Amino acid sequence: MSSVILEPRVLQRTIARMAHEVAERNPQSADLALVGIQKGGVALAGRLAAALERILGHAVPVGLLDVAMYRDDLDRRAAPALMPTEVAFPLEGRMVVLVDDVLYSGRTVRAALDALADLGRPRRVQLAVLVDRGHRELPIRADFVGKNLPTSTQQFVDVRWAEDGGDDTVLLREATP
Amino acid sequence: MSWTRRHLLDLQSLSAEELTLVLDTARAFRAVGERAIKKVPALRGKTVVNLFVEPSTRTRISFELAALRLSADVINFTAEASSLKKGETLKDTVRNLEALNADFIILRHGASGAPHFLSRFARAHVVNAGDGAHEHPTQGLLDVFTIRERMGRIEGLNVTILGDIQYSRVARSNIWALATLGANVTLCGPSTLVPKVFESLHPRIRVSWDLDDGLRGADVVNLLRIQHERQRVSAFPSIGEYASLFGLTPARMARVRKDALIMHPGPINRGVEIASEVADGPQSVILEQVTNGLAVRMAVLFLLNGGRQGELAP
Repeated sequence: MSSVILEPRVLQRTIARMAHEVAERNPQSADLALVGIQKGGVALAGRLAAALERILGHAVPVGLLDVAMYRDDLDRRAAPALMPTEVAFPLEGRMVVLVDDVLYSGRTVRAALDALADLGRPRRVQLAVLVDRGHRELPIRADFVGKNLPTSTQQFVDVRWAEDGGDDTVLLREATP
Repeated sequence: MSWTRRHLLDLQSLSAEELTLVLDTARAFRAVGERAIKKVPALRGKTVVNLFVEPSTRTRISFELAALRLSADVINFTAEASSLKKGETLKDTVRNLEALNADFIILRHGASGAPHFLSRFARAHVVNAGDGAHEHPTQGLLDVFTIRERMGRIEGLNVTILGDIQYSRVARSNIWALATLGANVTLCGPSTLVPKVFESLHPRIRVSWDLDDGLRGADVVNLLRIQHERQRVSAFPSIGEYASLFGLTPARMARVRKDALIMHPGPINRGVEIASEVADGPQSVILEQVTNGLAVRMAVLFLLNGGRQGELAP
């Protein structure tokens, strides 16, 4: 059983609105950079970067960050697959927007902050997420939220990016086997 | 697929999927080694014991650095300075190490099967760092990783392993990994060191006692050191004769493909199995193997660390 939370047109509008908020909150846009958290944050970072380029009139650098080596549950689960980390620009002095698709416990963001710190020292780090589904286990909140979605812990949020072969919709699924 | 093993004892029992998972994981750790901060917190709070009952410097250093870069604590335990010299059994030594909460035991031992024996009772993860003439799994993995990074694939490649095959655990680990991943393996060297019976291990393995035949069409030539310490009788009349018949010299390199890789697990005997011009030449990836060895060992520790104990297959 599942219900559509964001359909493709609304998803597009949501991302456009987030991009405007990012631009508004970061007037020194030359220092702006996006870093997408593997894997769901990568597609969103790419979309936000394209939207920001239209708004600002210049390109915004985009990096990829894999946080698996920084997780706090590595000895409690099978070792996660590792994906590339690619940040080809110096972080020093940058206004970095960390980007992920779903914000839940906050543990991924905690790991991402540590991973980012090992790559350099940005001037400021902000957080953008497409869906904030609540149930935080750490004192972490997003600066830019596409949609606040009250959920139960029994549910799953599926973000099906076209970049990953999906249909550009966000679904809320019940935990059925 | 995800990793389910608690120990890394050999490459013979690993599937192509498992080998590929290690290689993919190692690639991410190699990227960590290229950063300014080369350390990640993946094994924070874990204790890794290097239990080296047989001497080794480079493998121990590589494991030590791999563990340190994963933020683990490391203890080095060598036979010369240990209770093993006072008559303690390997089992008792390991029980004592576990009483200190060792999470990983990296075992180098002169007896084939010692890591398997240890894995039957150890609570810690056991990694075979070379057991007798049996296997040296992380060396096999780093060799295959180096080939895959350079050539883009393993399947269909012609790999010649040249030298002391009979006494080489490196050869055996390479043979299993390469054959499982679909390479064609030629074992080359004097008949006294390259028994024909190796062909029965796997249909992709061929034995050749003629160097020119062994080098023809090879995409990779992996040279092995002559293991004086494991030979009970001399397998060839003299070092000079071995060098002249099987040493890889610039003259012989003329018969090797220009894009072939020259590999050696080290330590190299310059002027014996490999001429200096070849070891330091453009086709040599010998030092790259050392760098890759670190990434592969980080990957192995990272994968073994996963999962709840008891819920995983042995």
